[in-house]
Amino acid sequence: MTKLDAKIPEGNLAEKWTKFRSSVSLVNPANKRSLEIIVVGSGLAGASAAASLAELGYKVKVFCFQDSPRRAHSIAAQGGINAAKNYQNDGDSVYRLFYDTIKGGDYRAREANVHRLAEVSGSIIDQCVAQGVPFAREYGGLLSNRSFGGTQVQRTFYAAGQTGQQLLLGAYSALQRQVGMGNVKLYTRHEMLDVVTIDGKARGIIARDSVTGALERHFGHAVLLCTGGYGNVFYLSTNAMGSNVTAAWKAHKKGAFFANPCYTQIHPTCIPVSGDHQSKLTLMSESLRNDGRIWVPKKQNDTRKANEIAEDERDYYLERRYPAFGNLVPRDIASRAAKERCDAGYGVGASKMAVYLDYAAAIIRYGKGEANKNNMHNPSDDEIQAMGKAVVKEKYGNLFDMYKQITGEDPYEVPMRIYPAVHYTMGGLWVDYNLMTTVPGLYALGEANFSDHGANRLGASALMQGLADGYFVIPYTIGAYLASEIRTPAMSTDSEDFVAAEKAVRERLETLMNIKGNKPVDYFHKRLGKIMWDECGMARSEEGLKASIKEIQALQKEFWSDVKIPGEIDNLNPELEKAGRVADFLELGELMCIDALDRNESCGGHFRTEYQTEDGEALRDDENYAYVAAWEFAGPSKFNLHKEELKYENIKIAQRSYK
Amino acid sequence: MEGHLNLTLKIWRQKNANTAGKFETYQVSGISTDMSFLEMIDVLNNRLIQEGDDPVAFDHDCREGICGMCSMYINGRPHGPNRGVTTCQLHMRSFQDGETITVEPWRASAFPVIKDLVVNRSSFDRIIAAGGFISVNTGNAQDANNLPIAKDDADEAFAAAACIGCGACVAACKNASAMLFTSAKISQLALLPQGKAEASKRAQAMVAQMDEEGFGACSNTGACEAECPKGISLENIARMNREYFSATFSSK
Repeated sequence: MTKLDAKIPEGNLAEKWTKFRSSVSLVNPANKRSLEIIVVGSGLAGASAAASLAELGYKVKVFCFQDSPRRAHSIAAQGGINAAKNYQNDGDSVYRLFYDTIKGGDYRAREANVHRLAEVSGSIIDQCVAQGVPFAREYGGLLSNRSFGGTQVQRTFYAAGQTGQQLLLGAYSALQRQVGMGNVKLYTRHEMLDVVTIDGKARGIIARDSVTGALERHFGHAVLLCTGGYGNVFYLSTNAMGSNVTAAWKAHKKGAFFANPCYTQIHPTCIPVSGDHQSKLTLMSESLRNDGRIWVPKKQNDTRKANEIAEDERDYYLERRYPAFGNLVPRDIASRAAKERCDAGYGVGASKMAVYLDYAAAIIRYGKGEANKNNMHNPSDDEIQAMGKAVVKEKYGNLFDMYKQITGEDPYEVPMRIYPAVHYTMGGLWVDYNLMTTVPGLYALGEANFSDHGANRLGASALMQGLADGYFVIPYTIGAYLASEIRTPAMSTDSEDFVAAEKAVRERLETLMNIKGNKPVDYFHKRLGKIMWDECGMARSEEGLKASIKEIQALQKEFWSDVKIPGEIDNLNPELEKAGRVADFLELGELMCIDALDRNESCGGHFRTEYQTEDGEALRDDENYAYVAAWEFAGPSKFNLHKEELKYENIKIAQRSYK
Repeated sequence: MEGHLNLTLKIWRQKNANTAGKFETYQVSGISTDMSFLEMIDVLNNRLIQEGDDPVAFDHDCREGICGMCSMYINGRPHGPNRGVTTCQLHMRSFQDGETITVEPWRASAFPVIKDLVVNRSSFDRIIAAGGFISVNTGNAQDANNLPIAKDDADEAFAAAACIGCGACVAACKNASAMLFTSAKISQLALLPQGKAEASKRAQAMVAQMDEEGFGACSNTGACEAECPKGISLENIARMNREYFSATFSSK
């Protein structure tokens, strides 16, 4: 077994990053001009990395499968971005953000990376404001904050329910500025289909132009994968339709280890599934748990309407079970609690697989607050309602509108129905402190890597991590590698390795087109999704996982003999693109089950039914499982496990409690 | 509440940019009113695949109204009959049983058709690259709260910044003008103190790029505002004009 070297700098935790930055090798400006960097993906991590590296003088190429870099799925993040600014004077600090993140991740993240993340968090807000990101502000003109799950301070910055959109448009504008200056070359509607390695180092990619179907070879001294998460392995998730694992999976097959694939985040507040036709699920931001109260009826199988159920007949189960954090417990805990109530027969709505998220109390509270502010001494109930609804509309208006649009119900009048859905994947390509994978020159940033969130990510931390990696980490850490590459001239893409890589990609596409089976790609994707959701979702068991692995292997065979792909190979062909992605998901799904089966404990989003406390909380096994599981691809259905031991030198590892 | 619809669809089919397109007619039945419009197209496409035909190509990604990728012109209106929603958020409960629905791509010379309902909107990216940014390299920023911004200005900037770049404004405009899109970015940055330093240069460069891309002029019809899924206001165009003219008059 190889020993994974995370290359964590020596010294005190709080000084590691500062010392690293002052001692890491530099590349002088003249040399930067001849070094080429490929960035795949244009979300928060990709756009911020590409812009920042181009500003430094590197030659950058950016690839995205969408028609514009502005469409990457970071755009859909709603609630906010954390930063340890302590603007609210409520006791926040770098250490507290670090501590909350490690604890929230159920003690399965790497200390040094998380501390660095907390250290740079403040600079992200500064940078975004300087770019013109219109964060929410108070009347005095200063920035506004709100709370998110798993914390007791207000450190979340936001722009209504569209924070991801505003941050991405900020990063996109910085990127487009570099495009305009000729420092970045943009390849839209291009999908990366392989990494090219030469003498063990990443030297480029093979990309397919989706419009013409042409395969292209691109050289880079380094390749950055900023390609997001793999939640769509479940078919239904809050991810965009195009979100996929293909780039990361190709890298995995070229030698990059895949870490903690089973760590999946199931988000507690999503709009429930309405029928078989459903193509994706929609998130209702965690910020709604600031003011909304979650409940189910106290009586089983209660068929009354929500508004007919009296206060004392309601079970506010999160407030009951977790008085200290109440409705703001971390996502994994809130999701499991919802599942527990629904499984026990207390669910609501037609499917009974939903719980209520209720704004009635918040509307009255805000209405009374407004009356007080306006010196109204005896406001009528109608006035309180109207003023309260106006406040809620300002804070959450776009989310309420979205709910109404999808369900046809008005959440200002009746409680929303919500249920957990797949949202984010904490697992991803294994990276060292420098964000480099086990393939030299190949990096993974943002959700595509595994490093900062352990077994459960806290709300508003994905945006923070994506931008931290792109704006403030990779511009420094990439120097450690590129400083030794200054003598490597740009390589011809006519070399044997490039030609062979392109040939392999072409053959795979031709094989897919030539199957000419009977079933569309979606058929296989839905079946995989159901296996994953039932057996590798919110609750996992040895028996279920073992059976799933066999089922997935059988499904892989069926896919490769019976998938039907229409259209042409050399034209825009969305079904061919989807087929390639689903083929990769079928392999990843198998590895996720293998990983979940290997981890004989429960931690964060990974809940093994065999390992729980008496009151149903996740039961960790720190003695045997305080490691990162990094899997090496060793042939079809064969993966070798490598372990990175997690050392907690600055935090006392403990049973997580939000009670 | 759930019901089922039988519909006739007239959809624009075009193999690629170099071939002429035409409408094809399809029948779909048993469509749940809880489906989104794109899920209805998914149903049609899976049937076309089963029957050995090429499915309808269309742009879509987030399916929650924020990425701006979906772009269908439905019954003569960008994103269909409802105000303030994108095609992906349009649900079948907005249609009647037995209805005929016509679906076309965005029509504008600056948005050439790639295939079926898919168009090329990279002209929008080039307009942003011309000046839709504040020139601040990573690492140059001061503490965020050193620059208080009046809440009203911040809110107004946010309202302009909410543009999703879908291009419905262009598709709705009889002149295929990109004024609403361009003005939303110019407005957002002009309203903020950070954006003032290069406001003149920005307005001139973005307007010049807009013209170069072949977008038409604005004749104040207001169709763009009416059809914008994010409610971007016409006031932005007025503000852009002010910025542009003051930049032109004061330019050396």
